[in-house]
Amino acid sequence: MADCGEPDGPGNKDDITRSKNEGKELSKEEKQRLRKQKKQQKKQKERKNEKSETEKEKTPVSLLPPPRPVATQKAPSALPAPASAPIPVPASAPFHSSPAPSPADKPAKSKAELKAERRARQETDRAAKQPGSSSSGIKTKVPLSELNPVVKRLPEHVQVDDPAVVKRLAKKLERQQIPLRSDYGYKVSLFSHLHQYSRKAPLTQQLSIPSTVIHPSIVRLGLQYSQGIVAGSNARSVALLHAFKQVIRDYTTPPNEELSRDLVNKLKPYISFLNQCRPLSASMGNAIKYIKKEISNIPSQCKEEEAKTKLLTCIDRYIEEKIVLAAKAISKYAIEKISDGDVILVYGCSSLVNNILCEAFEKSRKFRVIVVDSRPRLEGREALRRLVQRGISCTYVLISALSYILPEVSKVFLGAHALLANGYVMSRVGTSQIALVARTFNVPVLVCCETYKFCEKVQTDSFVSNELDDPDDLMVTRKGKTQLENWQDVSSLGLLNLVYDVTPPDFVDLVITDLGMIPCTSVPVVLRVKNLDQ
Amino acid sequence: MNLMKLVEYFRTQVRQDPEVPSAVAAIRTLLEFLKRDQTGETILGLRENLTQTIRRLEEADSSVAVSSGGELFLRFISLTSLEHPDLSQCKKVMVERGELFLKKISLSRSKVAKLCHTFIKDGAKILTHSSSRVVLKVLESAAADKKRFTVYVTESQPDSAGRQMADKLQNLNIPVTVVLDAAVGYIMEKVDLVIVGAEGVVESGGIINKIGTYQLAVCSKAHNKPFYVVAESFKFVRLYPLNQQDVPERFKYKADTLKAVEDLAEEHPMIDYTPPSLITLLFTDLGVLTPSAVSDELIKLYL
Repeated sequence: MADCGEPDGPGNKDDITRSKNEGKELSKEEKQRLRKQKKQQKKQKERKNEKSETEKEKTPVSLLPPPRPVATQKAPSALPAPASAPIPVPASAPFHSSPAPSPADKPAKSKAELKAERRARQETDRAAKQPGSSSSGIKTKVPLSELNPVVKRLPEHVQVDDPAVVKRLAKKLERQQIPLRSDYGYKVSLFSHLHQYSRKAPLTQQLSIPSTVIHPSIVRLGLQYSQGIVAGSNARSVALLHAFKQVIRDYTTPPNEELSRDLVNKLKPYISFLNQCRPLSASMGNAIKYIKKEISNIPSQCKEEEAKTKLLTCIDRYIEEKIVLAAKAISKYAIEKISDGDVILVYGCSSLVNNILCEAFEKSRKFRVIVVDSRPRLEGREALRRLVQRGISCTYVLISALSYILPEVSKVFLGAHALLANGYVMSRVGTSQIALVARTFNVPVLVCCETYKFCEKVQTDSFVSNELDDPDDLMVTRKGKTQLENWQDVSSLGLLNLVYDVTPPDFVDLVITDLGMIPCTSVPVVLRVKNLDQ
Repeated sequence: MNLMKLVEYFRTQVRQDPEVPSAVAAIRTLLEFLKRDQTGETILGLRENLTQTIRRLEEADSSVAVSSGGELFLRFISLTSLEHPDLSQCKKVMVERGELFLKKISLSRSKVAKLCHTFIKDGAKILTHSSSRVVLKVLESAAADKKRFTVYVTESQPDSAGRQMADKLQNLNIPVTVVLDAAVGYIMEKVDLVIVGAEGVVESGGIINKIGTYQLAVCSKAHNKPFYVVAESFKFVRLYPLNQQDVPERFKYKADTLKAVEDLAEEHPMIDYTPPSLITLLFTDLGVLTPSAVSDELIKLYL
């Protein structure tokens, strides 16, 4: 978590890395930071000088290099101390110069006294480092090339309780001319680091229409996302790609600009806007990465019309390969696992699982389906409608009846929102519960997921990164009475409407992807194979 | 090339050398077929003939190993088909590669034995199931290493294969006791580790082996004893059973039973499936693997 001494801590590295990419704008801030740091170093040295005058200790010189530079650095946070422990050591070399000025500052003292002071300072620094080992990080004086490239910053959407991060986000959105969506209602303290928006205040109300910055199809898409009209990871990705196709069609390269660079820059505010309307899903993230790569790979001598048609065909091919054909391949494998007489349990509405069941039914497999549903989204009703229309015999239960119905079930088919790099499955909230109970009843759990939803993130719990939906959805009106109508007035009451949860790989027996059937622990292998292909 | 002759060739191979794994015999047969085949004009035709032959061999001997060996051979030679446009040259390269493949896998059993015997400590009590030639080789190399250990073998009905294993072990001067299949739970507290062979290793990291292995695995998990599996890499097969029912019928029963009997519900299956959660380590010629690493290796072998 972000508990560092200075509130501006996490901002440091971001500014520096951004200053590498963007223009002169941020160097002022960077300079400010350096100035602040120098001031602080001076303060610390003065403090230590005072201390050392009272206690003249001799400490062995060999212990000096590792702790010293860490203590004199500012303490940016949120970085694991062991990961950055190797960093201070190579960085210690430039710092040996810093003790040098302090003796020079006080020429009045004798050399022996100065040495003793220095040693005492280092001793206190070392003592200070051991208990409070949250001090880690990278000194900004170090040339940017020495910054450890492996250390990643936390994404902004999980640091909502940190005012500095929120301020930075607001500045960024202001620059891109996108309105900032404000959080709504009391947030449960365990999830206070996430955004919580109200559906009644869509972002588009704050936009001027016609908006000059954001393409109208993107505005429409954002509204569809935030109102829940387009929901489900596949649907959202496809809608996103179609909107981007429209953007590309309407795009004209401004003079003195290259399409490959300008178009990517044009897409950035759109992505921020969509992120504000509803946080991006893993599949959308991968799709955007793909598009950006394709755009930046356009050769500069390519004519505009040609480049545009090329991009449009790329996007079409992506949709065709990664979503449509993948669904067909997954159905083929999944149908092998459906035998006659099976009772299959599904949860919520996954387009992929519905596809598989419909295909299996067409191939004359005899089975029946139990659809499990949960509030407040009640997506299972949509799945039920689709399956019953095809003629599949279905049963409908709510998730509270799960352990009652499970002894009848022979297999559980689940969809996934994303598959994480450590084998965990991120899916609609309630999925991990189903997997857990199915495991205790020894019912095989099969997760169906296309490979484009595999992401490099690692998560072991549902708290760190999640999505909070509108808490007003939990209000229900029965017989004319709405129970939680005035929940905001009750100060000790918080409503939590989580969207996702993560399921550990021990509860999942099989993952069916378009590459074949793999155990849940083999997700990193697929990611590695995919990276080799690219 | 007559399919009947091929099956005969296969059977003679197995009869002549009882030590040879059935997958190796199958691959030798396929190689023979490749050498003698005159009818194939195209690569696709050749592949089809080979697939047919493999199916015929599976009918003759329904073990999982034949199926996996055959599929591996097919993959191994298919990778050549892209390189040479001329069919006869292609065939020559295929035959060469086949011979190379065969040579490599005939050494796999000794590789496995070399890896595994270090896990047997002095004074160990080992439990094994039915008769496995790989386990025999492992115990042989451990004995050659001057280690002292005792072995318990389950009788393994319905064919009492455990008794043959016990005889072979006695010939190696290893103290051995035969126990009933039902006595596995009873004996488990006395043993230090369990080593079994495998007829097939599936994609999930689980194994298919003689019936009774699953029980053994569950008992050893309950007693927290390590459960080791020794298998050569050509036994890796592209199956993914979810539970016992999910194992295809053609592997469960002997080939003669499949042909003779009408209602298989009356017959007792000869194999069962052990899920990967019960297995500690797998010793293969590709190295010592955890069950989750098997999928990784399979992807490398097959893709």
